[in-house]
Amino acid sequence: MVATDSATRAARAPRARRARTGRWTELVLVLAAVGIAVFGYVEVGVNIDGQAPPDAAQYGAALGVLALLAHAAVRWRATWADPLLLPIAVLLNGIGLVVIYRLDRNPGSAAAPTQLLWSTLGVGLFIAVLLLLRDHRRLQRYAYVGAFVALVLLVLPVFFPPVYGSRIWITLGPLSFQPGEFAKVLLAIFFAAYLAAHRDALALTGRRVLWFQLPLGRVLGPVLLIWAAFVGVLVLETDLGTSLLFFGLFVVMLYVATARTGWIVIGLLLSALAAVGVGWLSPHVHSRVTEWLHPLASIEAGQGANQIAQSLFAFAWGGQLGTGLGLGHSALIGFATKSDFILATVGEELGLTGLFAVLLLYALLVARGFRTGIALRDPFGRLLAIGLAALVAIQVFVVAGGVLDLIPLTGMTLPFIAQGGSSVVTNWIIVALLVRMSDLARRPAPEEDA
Amino acid sequence: MRLTRPEGTNGGPDGLPGISTTGRRAGTFCMLLIVALALQATRVQVFQKNELDHNAANQRATIQRYSQPRGNLLVAGQPVTGSAPTGGRYAYKRTYADGPLYAAVTGYSSQTYGNTQLEGVYDDVLSGTDPKLAGWAVWDAVTRQQQPGGDVVTTIDPAAQRAAVQGLGSQKGAVAAIEPATGRILALASTPSYDPGSFAGTSTADQNAWKRLQDDPDQPMLNRALRQIYPPGSTFKVVTAAAALASGVVTDIDAPTDAPYPYVMPGTTTPLTNDTSACNQAGLSLDEAMTLSCNSVMGYLGVQTGLDRMTAMARNFGFNDARLDVPVRAARSNFDTEMNKSQLALSSIGQYDTAATPLVMAMVAAGAANDGQVMSPQLVDRLTKADGSQVQLMHPSLYHQAFGAGVAQQLRQLMVDVVENGTGRNARIPGAEVGGKTGTAQHGVDNSGTPYAWFIAWARPAGSTATPPVAVAVVVADSQATDVTGGGLAAPIARSVMQAVLNR
Repeated sequence: MVATDSATRAARAPRARRARTGRWTELVLVLAAVGIAVFGYVEVGVNIDGQAPPDAAQYGAALGVLALLAHAAVRWRATWADPLLLPIAVLLNGIGLVVIYRLDRNPGSAAAPTQLLWSTLGVGLFIAVLLLLRDHRRLQRYAYVGAFVALVLLVLPVFFPPVYGSRIWITLGPLSFQPGEFAKVLLAIFFAAYLAAHRDALALTGRRVLWFQLPLGRVLGPVLLIWAAFVGVLVLETDLGTSLLFFGLFVVMLYVATARTGWIVIGLLLSALAAVGVGWLSPHVHSRVTEWLHPLASIEAGQGANQIAQSLFAFAWGGQLGTGLGLGHSALIGFATKSDFILATVGEELGLTGLFAVLLLYALLVARGFRTGIALRDPFGRLLAIGLAALVAIQVFVVAGGVLDLIPLTGMTLPFIAQGGSSVVTNWIIVALLVRMSDLARRPAPEEDA
Repeated sequence: MRLTRPEGTNGGPDGLPGISTTGRRAGTFCMLLIVALALQATRVQVFQKNELDHNAANQRATIQRYSQPRGNLLVAGQPVTGSAPTGGRYAYKRTYADGPLYAAVTGYSSQTYGNTQLEGVYDDVLSGTDPKLAGWAVWDAVTRQQQPGGDVVTTIDPAAQRAAVQGLGSQKGAVAAIEPATGRILALASTPSYDPGSFAGTSTADQNAWKRLQDDPDQPMLNRALRQIYPPGSTFKVVTAAAALASGVVTDIDAPTDAPYPYVMPGTTTPLTNDTSACNQAGLSLDEAMTLSCNSVMGYLGVQTGLDRMTAMARNFGFNDARLDVPVRAARSNFDTEMNKSQLALSSIGQYDTAATPLVMAMVAAGAANDGQVMSPQLVDRLTKADGSQVQLMHPSLYHQAFGAGVAQQLRQLMVDVVENGTGRNARIPGAEVGGKTGTAQHGVDNSGTPYAWFIAWARPAGSTATPPVAVAVVVADSQATDVTGGGLAAPIARSVMQAVLNR
């Protein structure tokens, strides 16, 4: 964090002799993030039309106002928060808006204005969380209610028509959203609350099988039941990505809470069983696995390139430096270029360099989440921060791994970058919770504060 | 990645590690997930890049190739190609000013079917991706600047090319004309021809045009001047005469040879027959044998010269060279290297397995014209950038020194006598010295097919002692004419091509 320290020193108010809040660092970084996004808008226009786009100023101003409002809220209600979280969120959101704005130049409907609207709502909720939730420990009380709401949210889409083979959407007129996105935060809260309350029992009781300590059924029962309900619903909706995400979250949080490596083994066994079972039963999933193993097989069979192959073509074409924004051909991927496959456009037009930068931003966000969790004192907060950070990491892995052909493709959104209102809004809430918790984690002891 | 410093021990129950430890481990796991993504991205974007970029199903290379007007192929300073905006995904498509006339020179550039011949060999230059075109390679890489397509300046002489195509007319055949001193190809024609612009795009009409051409039994897309070999028949006797003279088997072209008549081929009881009764006597001179095109004498002299010296001489003109690039690769012309004497006798008169492209037979005439110096044939003069500045100049290069000036002089005399007094009289040009050789090669089962009519020649202004400015080979295959002979069908075409060059 050398850059952060020097930036802090440069921007430090003269009276600050005490511990630094990091707010000036945050302001500089937030402005830099907005600047990068504005530069992206201009580059899209210059590369496609030969001139800066007329609406670049509006987009830049809108993003700048949102970022500054969020910064003001942090400054007011979370003075000691980690100064990296907000700038990373602004930059990722900004990159997402630029790439969607660029993809709008392909034939098809415009998505950037809607995405900006959702981002506004997301920042609004970010501010609301900071203002209304003064202590994250209050969330512990609503854990079971939250889990129930999450389950309802997940069941709802079953009554709506499937989109691209998955029943994960609720469509109301022009609006559509994925309730699974909201459900994942509620589920993380529930896991954190439950495990914080029962972690000793989970860790210590139970019998030994081979060299693993297995917990008692009555302790594990409720959590396993809820998890099974979630995954069951998701498998019914053939939303493999979200089930994988929930499963990963569940295993990571159980391990962090109990330190039992047995959980990892059980988790891996269960997921292997589930994967084989689902892959065997569902033709949708089966074809995804086949495409993952042989992404170019459809070409050799004379049927042309499938989406994975097109995605790989896009990444490869970008090479190390990329074609430049607006100069790639990711439209060849077909549908979902702005959502599931948006990373391919990043890879093609910004190159491996740009892709590494984006991955580094995610890594930093995740690392800061884990750092917050480890620094906190209350078990619920620790587990929640770690759980939320793990959510981001696993989701990035599942989406990016899918389009990069590292793992089978499962429809999911890339946090902050991909088109999708529910996703952007949820991720702003996740960052708001992390900011709230990091404020407590980094707050100096009272005598220093006086 | 180390996430934070330890915050005390904070151990868990029963001596198990606490959340500080497990959280750090879980954090490491999450970092590993992202590292795995970075590694996979590196694999795809760096190590598999080349393979994926050139996958047949990847349209990007084609999109890029046609994203800007393609560079042009120039004949005598004028582009014979062009580019037209399509409004589709492939922004520009190839057009041809006079497609059928130059098809054997240009080849085609099709968005659907790829690039061939000059369009294919110099695709990088024409589409602007050749690094030679870049002014500042590093800066261009940073700014993603795409170079405008460069031009390819051909050596073709438009008058000679037009004369060749018009001379062939509706017959099936080919013409190759060379400037003997430099090897520059002046005309390259193949009929029936095709319009490469008819399938340059991606529409159904383009696909139908392509299918029609592919299904046409006359094979209009076959480049007969470069890519098809025909038995050269009696035109090959120039090679045999050159070998006999160069090896000293014959020293005086007017002195009687010891060729017997009838000549029974060694190891057989079959005499080598002649097409004209004037040949049916022993002791004819080389000059008489060439003028009358006597099979018996030339077959005998080929055997006397020997297999090794015959194959060596054939090789000097491009026979048995599988990599004769002009830079479009010519088909391999064949002269067998392992034969018994009767096979050698037949091969020496251009029969048996002997087969040649019109290009190689033009090189034979050019070698005689240029004092035995066979120059590498070249179709391209230079490459230029879009602004006309030179990128690469093609210098003439010696292909083989086939024989000395003395033998060349004798060979030219033989060829002049063929045109003046013999089978090649149709090639005579007023005010010019013309040397040539006819050929009428049988083919098909039991010679049932229409014979191939050949003529090879060179010409220079009368009284000139300079290297003749043009050498030409003409083949007419499957003609509808009743009396098919090289002198009757092919010589007039050669004459008009040579005349076009002499009249420059």
